Amino acid sequence: MTETMDVTGSAIGRPLRRKEDARLLHGQTNWTDNIQLAGTLHMAVLRSPMAHAKIAHIDVSPALERPHVVAAFSAKELGELNGAVPCVWPVTDDIQMPPFHALAVDKVRHVGDCVAVVIANTKYAAADALDAIDVDYEPLPAVIDMEAALKQGSVAVHDAADGSLGTNRCYDFPLKPTGDGSFEAAVKAAGDDAVVVKRRFINQRIIAGFMEPRAVVASPMGMSNEMTVWSATQIPHVLRVLLALVTGLPENTLRIVAPDVGGGFGGKLQLYREEVLAVQIARHLGRTVKWVETRSEDMVSSHHGRDQIQDIQIAATKDGKLIGMKVDLLANMGAYLQIITPGIPLLGMFMFPAIYKMDAYEFSCTGVFTNTTPTDAIRGAGRPEATYAIERIMDELAAELGMDPLKLREMNWIKNTEFPYTTVAGLAYDSGNYEAATERALELFGYDELRAEQEQRRASGDPVQLGLGISTFTEMCGLAPSRTLGALKYVAGGWEHCTIRALPTGKIELITGTSPHGQGHETAWSQIASSILGVPVDDIEVVHGDTGRAPYGMDTYGSRSLAVGGQAIKKAAERLVEKARIIAAHQLECSPDDLDFIQGEFRVKGDPAKAQPLAAVAFEAFTAHNLPDGVEPTLQAEATVDPNDFSYPHGTHLAAMEVDVETGKVKIRKYVAVDDCGVQVNPLIVEGQVHGGLVCGIAQALYEGVEYDSDGNLLTASLADYLIPSAADLPSFITDRTETPSTTNPLGTKGIGEAGAIASTPAIINGIVDALRPMGVTDVKMPATPENVWRAIQAAQGGAQ
Amino acid sequence: MIPVAFDYTKPSTVDEAVQALIAGGEDAKVISGGQSLMPVLRLRMAAPSVLVDVGGIAEMNGVSDDGDHLLIGSNTTHHDVMNNALVKQHAGLLAMTAATVADPQIRHRGTLGGSLAHADPAGDLPTAALALECVMVAQGPKGRREIAAKDFFVDYFTSALESDEVLVAIKVPKMGDGWGYHYEKFNRTAQAWATVGVAAAVKRQNGTITEARVALTNMGPSPIRASSVESALAGASASADAIAAASTSAADGTRPTSDLHATAEFREHLARVLTKRAVAQAAGV
Ligand SMILES: Cc1cc2nc3c(=O)[nH]c(=O)nc-3n(C[C@H](O)[C@H](O)[C@H](O)COP(=O)(O)OP(=O)(O)OC[C@H]3O[C@@H](n4cnc5c(N)ncnc54)[C@H](O)[C@@H]3O)c2cc1C
Repeated sequence: MTETMDVTGSAIGRPLRRKEDARLLHGQTNWTDNIQLAGTLHMAVLRSPMAHAKIAHIDVSPALERPHVVAAFSAKELGELNGAVPCVWPVTDDIQMPPFHALAVDKVRHVGDCVAVVIANTKYAAADALDAIDVDYEPLPAVIDMEAALKQGSVAVHDAADGSLGTNRCYDFPLKPTGDGSFEAAVKAAGDDAVVVKRRFINQRIIAGFMEPRAVVASPMGMSNEMTVWSATQIPHVLRVLLALVTGLPENTLRIVAPDVGGGFGGKLQLYREEVLAVQIARHLGRTVKWVETRSEDMVSSHHGRDQIQDIQIAATKDGKLIGMKVDLLANMGAYLQIITPGIPLLGMFMFPAIYKMDAYEFSCTGVFTNTTPTDAIRGAGRPEATYAIERIMDELAAELGMDPLKLREMNWIKNTEFPYTTVAGLAYDSGNYEAATERALELFGYDELRAEQEQRRASGDPVQLGLGISTFTEMCGLAPSRTLGALKYVAGGWEHCTIRALPTGKIELITGTSPHGQGHETAWSQIASSILGVPVDDIEVVHGDTGRAPYGMDTYGSRSLAVGGQAIKKAAERLVEKARIIAAHQLECSPDDLDFIQGEFRVKGDPAKAQPLAAVAFEAFTAHNLPDGVEPTLQAEATVDPNDFSYPHGTHLAAMEVDVETGKVKIRKYVAVDDCGVQVNPLIVEGQVHGGLVCGIAQALYEGVEYDSDGNLLTASLADYLIPSAADLPSFITDRTETPSTTNPLGTKGIGEAGAIASTPAIINGIVDALRPMGVTDVKMPATPENVWRAIQAAQGGAQ
Repeated sequence: MIPVAFDYTKPSTVDEAVQALIAGGEDAKVISGGQSLMPVLRLRMAAPSVLVDVGGIAEMNGVSDDGDHLLIGSNTTHHDVMNNALVKQHAGLLAMTAATVADPQIRHRGTLGGSLAHADPAGDLPTAALALECVMVAQGPKGRREIAAKDFFVDYFTSALESDEVLVAIKVPKMGDGWGYHYEKFNRTAQAWATVGVAAAVKRQNGTITEARVALTNMGPSPIRASSVESALAGASASADAIAAASTSAADGTRPTSDLHATAEFREHLARVLTKRAVAQAAGV
């Protein structure tokens, strides 16, 4: 920690190295698996090897004969303690919300479903004893494909409440046509001038792939009633509420700690069954219970994401003016509804119209149960899916109209003079400058030169063709105004909290309700507070992720931490200065209005020699020997902020893709990302988030995709088969930022954590399709593996080799 | 992902290792770099009762010049193979192939002998060994024997080694003058196994290919020589057209599987394209 603050300037906007890195890089870390408490018992989970089966018979008692085994439970033994895992987003009134118990009762519904647990003195003994559990499965036919699941007479993943055959239709969400009426009417009104392009895109299922596996330690503390739960989670605060509801343990006795958390990407925005099991069994046995998943378990049991079939139609006039859009989604829920499973595609609902102006928009979504691992949020959650569809179809429309895809976008996007702008989906975009981001991106990319090279390669029949992919995206972030969430039937708010304490020794304690798991909040939050308090960044300690020390918060996901949590920091810091001002004025014998607060000290206007630094005020507040009447001792302030609205980061991403038409292998020749996330608190952290996001989105485009066989076995069950790219597979990204401050929050910030993941997937696929369009290719299945690309070429050429 | 409990022994001579294998019976397993065996154990696809770690046997490490061939100890790591001056000089194809294996961490632990004994159809080094016509030196209860590469790779993950035999060293014939070589590996990410790989060694004289060896990775249960390509190339002109023509038969006689990374049909297509590329590189065309 060598960065010293120059207190003459604001700490906001500085590319400071992350405070937390020295500790993380030197292994001075505290992952959940590092929590070693005396007498800990270890839990191992028996998982279903079948996608759908009746549990005809189960007997855990043979496991008790194994060495070091202390207990074993199936749903039967667990009884009342077998809590139901909640879903907090019932998107429609008539949504089907089947029971979802920590341990499967009577039936298993996906490979990896939790069937029983063994508790032993060592993790090895627990794992070894699993095979002693006697289970008879009566296999049932499995339904994996969404369209098959919706067919009349399909096997039902869940029986109906009355015991009759259920339906796999979880919900139908129709959005009433917005704008000037229905899509069809708008197209009709345009008459002969209307061009309609219709596509089906498959946004495949992916796995979050966090580096640290899930882990939980539940410890009844004995001396008090407290149950302390360490969990590798993104959401300690939400977890506390939900665990209280599920287990019946009084919330005021639950303390949740998210220690160092090694990545989440949405995959740890969850209340997992294993967390419920660990808590309930720890409570039952009065002993500490620990569970750390293996990678093999992670692949089948941590929630998956995406998995939509998108039928999308877009209409424009012949000269390229957009008329409207219609989107019909099938969204795969998997076998059960997890925390916000049904709501994910609805986050996308708002984003299909993206940055474009049009007059008609229709949307519907059907949530479908299948015998697969449940889905839920993964980086971007609904928005990458929407952005993929709109940015892909804009290219298809451009091809249909014979226009340059960039020109088509430019013609239809919201001009920088038109903000704030309410889109056809009903969102009020606060600010943006698509022109500026695009201009900068084109400059960095060398668009015209690359187009010329593309022509050349086409003319010479080069076996390596070149394609240019465009993605001019926006996203909504900063979840979320609580009233809006309420209107969407989401059972929680979207506020955020901060408490700041000026300690008598001059140090600052900043307590945040956000829960970082790799994002660098400790540094960025210190910068925000430093810019207001005038205290060096290194004198600020950020406390997070422990409901015992940071009792209020709504945690970290949906690019909300800065956009929402940042506001709370600012407000709390300002309140602290105001309280300090009153104390300082008393000490300096002047009126509070006669004080300037500059570089961390109160100075009497016109007499700068008379001054008192914040630290001195803090000490006065501590001794309380000489405080003004009515002022309470201690110097601290808090703020809980509910955001006014979302904010809308945007950007222009350009990908130059080389496609080997003989082998189908693609290479990213050049990738330019110009993002606009409003004011950057720390550009170095922004850069890191952009890189990580890009890799996530590119991975979906080119490498990652969950595959099941028709019996519901996960084929991509290890990292040898589910390919996650590394630095060796990716180019050096060319990045830059434009800065259009948000008008919905006082710091002017927007989110950046998900932007890269949202923008890059369509840029890559558009680039590949652009390279191959002269060969007749109009789409490539994701991930665009060599074989998928090769097959697209073969199909376009009628199978000729 | 937690292996079943096992015993562990670390002999210091080949004789002791063989004794340990005999004592352990069918359930004993040699461990060298552990880069293939450990994943198998962690996934509980195997549960040997004793692991015989050959890593401490001095004789099994390093590269020496042995006249018309190099003698490479089984335990020599991929990293050492790819950087060894003798290997680079006399068996460049092997060095080049070793450099394509996995990533630096794995190349520092994984060994040439382990890779050959593992006989993974997607392994790269077995293919190079087949193209180079290496000879494996194994020791068992009955003493030492030599096994030619073409007889060594028997089936999926099955070599000609008996369960009580240790692979001690690999004899790699030196490539003489006039040979060019190339290993063309096709994979989906830099760390991934080969979808298909092609090892080519070509001898050229005055614009003509006098001899060619072409071996394929992951085109069947074991690495396989593309013999019809080899015979089509022998005596052909070292030209792009001749090479392309010869390569059309690269998939003949192969039995590739379909898996997540490619269908058999695509693998056959790749074998033809990659053979053309590998041979062209090897022939300097
Ligand atoms: C992530 C990853 C990626 C990889 N990618 C590739 C790749 O792209 N290409 C590739 O070719 N390989 C790849 N590998 C495998 C790697 O090359 C291994 O190093 C090699 O296959 C095995 O060598 P080892 O020394 O680790 O053998 P071990 O794992 O120790 O043993 C492997 C097998 O050989 C037997 N064995 C080992 N030594 C002897 C001996 N002296 N005598 C008799 N039997 C013996 C063992 O009993 C065992 O059955 C990869 C491995 C990993 C983990």
